[in-house]
Amino acid sequence: MLRNLNDNLKINNNSNKKMEIQKIATREGYGKALLELGRINKNVVVVDADLGDSTKAEYFGKEFPERFFTMGIAEQDMIGAAAGLSVSGKIPYASTFAVFSERAFEFVRNIVARNKLNVKICGSHAGITTGEDGKSAQALEDVAIYRSLPNMVVLQPSDAAEAEKMVFALADYKGPSYMRVHRTAYPIIHDKNYKFEIGKGEILRQGKVAVIFASGTMVHESIIAADILKNDNIEIYVVNIHTIKPIDSDLIIDLAKKTNCVVTAEDHNVIGGLGSAVAEVLSENYPCLMKRIGMKDKFGESGKPEELYKKYGLDSQSVADEVKKFLGKKNH
Amino acid sequence: MAKTDFVLGLKQKAKEMRKEIIEVVYKAQSGHPGGSLSEIDMLVALYYYKLKIDPKNPHWEDRDRFILSKGHASPGLYVVLADKGYFPKSELDGFRKTGRMLQGHPELSTPGIDFAGGSLGQGISFAVGIALAGKLDKKNHKIIAMIGDGESQEGSVWEASMSAAFHKLDNFIGILDKNQVQETGKTREIMDIGNVSAKWKAFGWNVISINGHDMAQNAKALDKAYKLSNGKPTMIISNTIKGKGVSFMELNYKFHGKAPNEEEYRKAILEIENIDVKKFK
Repeated sequence: MLRNLNDNLKINNNSNKKMEIQKIATREGYGKALLELGRINKNVVVVDADLGDSTKAEYFGKEFPERFFTMGIAEQDMIGAAAGLSVSGKIPYASTFAVFSERAFEFVRNIVARNKLNVKICGSHAGITTGEDGKSAQALEDVAIYRSLPNMVVLQPSDAAEAEKMVFALADYKGPSYMRVHRTAYPIIHDKNYKFEIGKGEILRQGKVAVIFASGTMVHESIIAADILKNDNIEIYVVNIHTIKPIDSDLIIDLAKKTNCVVTAEDHNVIGGLGSAVAEVLSENYPCLMKRIGMKDKFGESGKPEELYKKYGLDSQSVADEVKKFLGKKNH
Repeated sequence: MAKTDFVLGLKQKAKEMRKEIIEVVYKAQSGHPGGSLSEIDMLVALYYYKLKIDPKNPHWEDRDRFILSKGHASPGLYVVLADKGYFPKSELDGFRKTGRMLQGHPELSTPGIDFAGGSLGQGISFAVGIALAGKLDKKNHKIIAMIGDGESQEGSVWEASMSAAFHKLDNFIGILDKNQVQETGKTREIMDIGNVSAKWKAFGWNVISINGHDMAQNAKALDKAYKLSNGKPTMIISNTIKGKGVSFMELNYKFHGKAPNEEEYRKAILEIENIDVKKFK
């Protein structure tokens, strides 16, 4: 999977020669950007629930111990304290595993979202690319639950470079947010000049007959799927939906009209996540058949990320096959 | 140290506030009288004696913060805030009514409110965050969080108890309104919280135990808690009686979250009017 991506990837790369593409996890982007942000903004603080080594918040903690608050393995207290810091003029980033952030969900609901507080929640190790740790650590419902909260912005970067831009954009955004990052390293597909804007989808591949709206790691699988399909003269759009809420309705409706063939791809339950968000937009504005690729209301299991992606139909070949099948069904 | 006459004045104020609590809940025919009546003596000690606040400038950066973690006891706080001039007293008539300011549980948009309660076990963590920021910014203000004894059954209370002690938040004062009764019965019969004084001590806090209806003790305990700066947060265990001041509401779980009917209302008002503040404790 990943090797393929390295070979095939040519985004934002005008030259045709293959370049050495760096692979970095989005959580690395989060940690690196937090540190840089901490250097220029003294109001930035971090609360941690004993996972700073995994979320990479520790980079900030090592340089700014006085602004890095260890709360112990106590996610509720971490969110409550982050909220208290935010009403005192601080810009708190609260990070833990995505799945454990859910333990504090009702704190997020009743303190952070209800009061529209400026708390930046970052859930790491989302999706089945979390791999070997298995079911307990692979958050597959986080987007669904955070998306259901009023005032909440829900973001998922597709690479470490985008994660960095996101961390900075969130510092300028006043309000609650949930940012979903991943354990496994993926190629960098955005360059330094990439302009990230909350709420705007990004067209990565132009197409004709179909569009895949993808988020996070599935952006990479979808790009390769598009390349596979191109060999069969099937040209599809690939759109990076980094902001799942508020979602870019205009872009979704526009590309649905152009293609009449809409596919979504996410490493998340097909219930409540990106697929649902796109379906909500289309069913009220431009009803059309669509196909949701994701975890089919199942938990994951232990294993290597690329093996799990194959098994659960999230790898690029499976995505390409699904698009083909869907196109066939549609034209039937 | 508060002088005798001053304490008597505070007691008189608490009596007035008790009456207003009953009025507010009766008019709304909804709300939580029991916990409001148990906390009110301490709220009066805080708002009329100890808190460094400015009702004309509710967002004053250096103010002391009062966090009512047991947010259902909002009538007690609302009558005090109205009396202090944070908002007009006429707002009290709109308590729990559609489109009005005074929500069933406090909202940050209401002047004087520093925490939006309603879900137990959250305010104390929120207060930890404010206290952490206070330490970081080297401010001199105090952060006071009032929790309930039923609320102490929430595990998150003890997460916050650990973090406040660990981070050496001696700008943090907890008040446990230990009124002995929760929604469906006596706290010790539903989930006994045991020897809370020993528990808070074991979690690394200074502990002061008082009769929370004795205004002189309230004032003294707050004086002591404000002075303590030994690197530890302080918990004031305020031993109280749910429904205090209205005989048929006292220790009666049925008035945790129920408004009095007309007959009960008249009786309650009469009883409060007959309180002899000199003897009240």
